[in-house]
Amino acid sequence: MSRPAPEPMQVVKQRRDAALTTLAGRVPYIRFLNITFDRRGDELTGVLNFDGKLIGNPLLPALHGGVTAAFLEVTSIITLSWSLLWEDVESGAISPEALPRLPKTIDFSVDYLRTGLPRDAYARSTVTRSGRRYASVRAEAWQDNHARPIASSNAHFLMPREG
Amino acid sequence: MSTDQTETARRFMEAIPQAQALGLEILEMQGGVAVIRMPYAEALVGDPETGVIHGGAVSTLMDTCGGAATISHPGNAGGTATIGLRIDYLRGATPGQAITARAECHHVTRSVAFVRATAHDDDPDRPVATATGTFTVEAKP
Repeated sequence: MSRPAPEPMQVVKQRRDAALTTLAGRVPYIRFLNITFDRRGDELTGVLNFDGKLIGNPLLPALHGGVTAAFLEVTSIITLSWSLLWEDVESGAISPEALPRLPKTIDFSVDYLRTGLPRDAYARSTVTRSGRRYASVRAEAWQDNHARPIASSNAHFLMPREG
Repeated sequence: MSTDQTETARRFMEAIPQAQALGLEILEMQGGVAVIRMPYAEALVGDPETGVIHGGAVSTLMDTCGGAATISHPGNAGGTATIGLRIDYLRGATPGQAITARAECHHVTRSVAFVRATAHDDDPDRPVATATGTFTVEAKP
C-alpha cells in the first residue's frame, strides 16, 4: 500500500492564500474600506483596518454604523463564498484566477450592541444554512474584547448560478 | 429647505468623515425626513463583473439618511445612534447612476424613532432597496 506523499505545507498555504486574495482582492469596495482576512485553515477572520475616514460620529468619536454593517456584510459574503469554494480549491478543480461569481445579498439585518471605537475591528461569520439557491448567514464583530461584540448581523443570500 | 436648514444639513454632512468619503450630498433634512444622494464611484463597486455598487455602501447611505431624519425630527433634542437596521435589496442599482435615499420617521417616542427608508437610482419607480430602522432619541429637557 503506497499513498502519495502529502503536499509540502508551503504549496498548500500558497494555493489557499492565492484563492482568498483573488476572492476578496477583486472587489473594489472591500479595498475602499481596507478590509483584509486572516486565515487559519478554512476559518476566516475579517479585519477592518482603522482609518479616520471610517468615522461616523466625530464627537465621540465612533465608527459609522453603516461601515460596521458593511464590514459584517463583506465578512458574510466572503465567508460564504469561501465555504463554497473550499473543496474545489483543495482538489485543484478551479484555479484561483477563475473563481465563480459572488452570492447576492437578499436582505441584511444588523443589531448595534456597542459603540464602535476608533480602532481596528474583527468579524467572524457562520453559514447557518447553505442550500442550492439560498443561504442564511450570521456574523459578529468585536474590537478589543471578543466577549463584548459591537454588532451582530443576520443575512440571506442568493447563490451564484452554476456554470 | 430654508437657508438655515440648508446650512445645518450641510454642516451635519461635512462633519462625518465617512459621508465625505462616499461623497454624500444632503438634499433635504427637516421635520423627520431626510433625502441624501450618493454619486456612483468605481471604488464602491461590489461586483467587479457587472459594476453594481456594493450593498455595504447602500447600508451606509440608508443608515446616514435614517440618522439625519431622526436628528431633524422636532421630538428629538440631540444626536442619535442606530439601534437596529434591516435592508431588503430589491435589485442591483444601475452602474453609473447615483443612488438617492429618502428616510422618514413614521413614529417617534421619548426614546426611539421608527424609520422607513427607500433608495432608488435614476428610475424612481423601481426602488433598489428598502429599509426599516430604529434610532435612539434624546428626550427634551
